[in-house]
Amino acid sequence: MKNKDESNRKLDAGKIMDRIAKASEQIVSGVKDEEVENWVTIYVMGRAYKVPADLTILTAIEYAGYKFLRGCGCRQGFCGACSTVYRKKGEYKLQTGMACQTRVEDGMFLVQIPFTPAEKASYDIGKLNYNVNSLFQYYPELARCVSCNTCTKACPQDLEVMDYVQAGIKGDFKELAEKSFDCIQCGLCAIRCPSELVQYNIAQLGRRLYGRYDSPEPEHLKKRLQEIQEGKFNEVMEKITQISIEEMEKLYTEREREEE
Amino acid sequence: MAELKYIEGYPEYMYELIDKVHATRRNRRDNPPKEMSKKEQEEVLNLHPDYAPGGKRKVSVGQNKGDIAPDPVVDLLEAYPLVEEKEIDISKVDYSVDILIIGGGLAGTTAGIWANSEGIAKDRILLVNKLRHGDANSIMAEGGTQAADREIDSLERHYIDTMGGGHFTNKPEVLRALVEDAPFIIHWLHELGAIIDKDEDGNFVEKWGGGTSIRRLHSCKDYTGLEEFRVIRDEFRSREIGCIEHYPAIELLTDGENRVTGAVLYNLETGEYKIVESKATILATGGFGRLHIRGFPTTNHYGATADGIVLAYRAGAKLRDIDTVQYHPTGAAYPIQIVGYLLTEKLRSSGAEPVNIDGEAFVFPLEPRDVESAAIIRECYVRNKGIKTPTGLIGVWLDTPLIELKNGKGYIEKAFPGMNRMFSRYDIDMTKNPVLVFPTLHYQNGGVETDLWGHTTIEGLWVAGEVSGGVHGKNRLMGNSTLDTMVFGRRSGTSTAEYVKSGKEQGKLTLEHQKKYVEMLKKAGIKPERRSPMLLPEYRGKGALARMIDVF
Repeated sequence: MKNKDESNRKLDAGKIMDRIAKASEQIVSGVKDEEVENWVTIYVMGRAYKVPADLTILTAIEYAGYKFLRGCGCRQGFCGACSTVYRKKGEYKLQTGMACQTRVEDGMFLVQIPFTPAEKASYDIGKLNYNVNSLFQYYPELARCVSCNTCTKACPQDLEVMDYVQAGIKGDFKELAEKSFDCIQCGLCAIRCPSELVQYNIAQLGRRLYGRYDSPEPEHLKKRLQEIQEGKFNEVMEKITQISIEEMEKLYTEREREEE
Repeated sequence: MAELKYIEGYPEYMYELIDKVHATRRNRRDNPPKEMSKKEQEEVLNLHPDYAPGGKRKVSVGQNKGDIAPDPVVDLLEAYPLVEEKEIDISKVDYSVDILIIGGGLAGTTAGIWANSEGIAKDRILLVNKLRHGDANSIMAEGGTQAADREIDSLERHYIDTMGGGHFTNKPEVLRALVEDAPFIIHWLHELGAIIDKDEDGNFVEKWGGGTSIRRLHSCKDYTGLEEFRVIRDEFRSREIGCIEHYPAIELLTDGENRVTGAVLYNLETGEYKIVESKATILATGGFGRLHIRGFPTTNHYGATADGIVLAYRAGAKLRDIDTVQYHPTGAAYPIQIVGYLLTEKLRSSGAEPVNIDGEAFVFPLEPRDVESAAIIRECYVRNKGIKTPTGLIGVWLDTPLIELKNGKGYIEKAFPGMNRMFSRYDIDMTKNPVLVFPTLHYQNGGVETDLWGHTTIEGLWVAGEVSGGVHGKNRLMGNSTLDTMVFGRRSGTSTAEYVKSGKEQGKLTLEHQKKYVEMLKKAGIKPERRSPMLLPEYRGKGALARMIDVF
C-alpha cells in the first residue's frame, strides 16, 4: 500500500479526515449554541432548562449539564437503561419512552427510572417441563393479570405486552415468544402494572423454554459437532495454521464463492 | 435560513433526490457491482482513516514502546493513574474471590457461567460492571454470529475468510480456536434457549457477511446480540453468581512480580473504593468507540472508553494491532438524532446496496468493512457524489427498498424490526425510501495479546472479547465479534477455573507495577495532565461546563 506516487493522494486523505471530523463535530463534542435555530423548554425533575429542539431526551439532559452515572447505557435503543416517564404541560396523560430514542418536546416534565426492583426466578432450563405449569411454577403471580392493558401502553417498543402475558397464561409459547421478542427489558411495564407482574422476566423464561424445546437442534449442526468431535478437521486445521502468508493469500484469492 | 419543508421524514431537497434511487433500482438489481480486485482494494484503502496520514503516533512507554496507535489511545496509555497507593488502603480486602471478572457483556457473563460449570462456586466468582450488567456493545450487535455448521461449509473456509478479512495478520492458533469452537457455541446457545432464526425445515437461516465466501451468519432477526445476551444473562442470574453494578475497576493489583492478584474498584455514585483479591482475573471490558477516534461518531455504548487496555498495559501486559480501528461502513447519517448508529451489515447481505447522488451503485456491497468504508468516503469526499444533510454531514444512500424488491414485501418488518422501528420514530419508512449512511467508529480490532485460552502475557490475567487482540488481526469480519465473546468467554472461564483448581494460592496485593509505570512516564517527560482510565466520556453542554464549580 506504499507506492511512491501516492504521496499526494495521502496528503489529501489527511485533509479529508479533517473535513469529516468537522462535519461530525456537533455529534462528538456537542452543538454550538450560535448554530441552534430552534429551542424548547424541558423540565428535568421539575427544573426548567432551555435546550436545542433537535436533541433527544438523553442528549438534552446532558446539554443541561448532567453527567449520567445511571440511566444511560447503549444510547441506541437496545439496552433499556434510560427508561423515562414524562408528562407534558397541560396534558393528563403520563407517557413513557427511552430517553435515547425520544426527541424532546416543549413542556416535557421528565424523570428517569434507571432501576426496577424485580423478582427473577432461578431455574435450570435443561430440567424444566415444557408446559404452561413451568411459567406458573416460577411466576404464580402471572394469574393476577387483570387485562387492563397498562403494560402495553407503557411499552416504549410498542409491544403487545398484555397479549403476550395472556399467551403465557394460555401456554401459547409461540405467541409469547413472537410478541415479546423485541423486548429490551427496560422495566416500564413492571413499574406500571397494577397486578405487580414482572412481565419481562416471565417472558424471558417463556422464550427460553420455546427456544430450547419448541424445535430440535438442526441436523446439520449435530452432524458438524460430531465431525469435529471425531477429529475430521484436525489435519487440515493443523496444516492451515502452519502455512506461509503467501500460501494463505493464494487460498484466499482462489476460494470459490457460494452461489447467491 | 428558510424553514425546511419535510416530506416522509426528509427535507424536501433530499426527498427529491430519492427519485434517482427509485428510477435506477430495477436496473441495479439486475446488474450488481463487481467485487474489487486486490489492487483496487489497496488503492481505496488509502482513504481509510487508519491509512490516511495524521491522527496517530508512537507509544513512548511500556511493553509496546515504539508501536503506533491512534492519538486518543496513546493519550490514555500515557496518562497517570486515577489513584495512587498513598491515597488508598489496599491492605483491607473487601472481596476475596477465586475469579474476578471485570466487565459484564457477553464475554464476561459467559466466562462466569463456564467458570461456575467447571466447579468454581457461585460466591467465589465476582463479576463487576462499570454500568449495569449488560450495558455493553454485545447487546447492540444486530447482524449475527458466524459458525461453519452447514454441510457445504467447513472450518478451514471460516478460517480462510477471516484471515483474508484481517489482511493475514490474525494470530493463527487463536483464530483456529475461534472457528473450531463456533459450532459448539451455537449448540450451547440453542441449549440455553436462544431463539435463532430457522427456516420451515428447522434448519438455521444463514446469511452472508461482508468478506465471507459463503452464507454462515446465524441471526435472531436484527436483535442478535440482544437475544444472545438476554439468554446468557438470565442463565448467569439463575446461577446466582456474584455480580455488582456501577462499580468499575480503576486499577489492577499485582504481587509486584508480574502476576495480577486483584483490583481496585470505585463506586461511581458514592466515590467509595473497594479492594478485591482474586486468584485469577478476566478483563472483558470491551472496546474504545467512545474515544471518537479521528472525530468519528460511534456505534458503541456509553462506557466504551478503552479502560481494559489501560489497566492491562499498566500491569505489564502486551498489546497488539492497536493501530487499526474498525469503521462500520453504514452508520446512520440522517436524521441528526441517530447519526453514527449502526445499520447492520445484514441489510446489505439481504440485498441493500450503497448508492450515490446520481442513483449509481458504486461499490460491491459486501467488501470487507475497511474497504467498503473507504469506498463510501471516496464517493462522498473525492468523487463528490454524496448527499449533504441540513447539518452539513455528507453520506450516501443505502437502498433498503431493494431488499424487498429481492425478497418480497414485508421482509424488512420481519427481519429488521429494530431498524424499522428506529427510522419510523423519525417518520422515515425504510421499506419505501432509502436511508442515508456514512462510516462510523465501530470496533477495536486489536487489544491485549492472548493465547488460545485468553491468557495474556502476564500471570493471573486473562482477557476475552473486544478488549483482546490477535484473533481478528487488523480488521474483523462481521459475525466474528459475538462469536469471539462467547468462544473466549468460555475459554477464559474454563481456563481460570483450571488455574484455580490447580491449587494456586492468593498472591499478595501491591501497586508496585503502578509505581514503576509512573516512573516510566516521568522519565519519558510526560506531564501529569492526563489521568486514566477514562470511565465515561464527556457530553455535558459547553455552557453548563463553563460555569461549573466544585464546592464539596
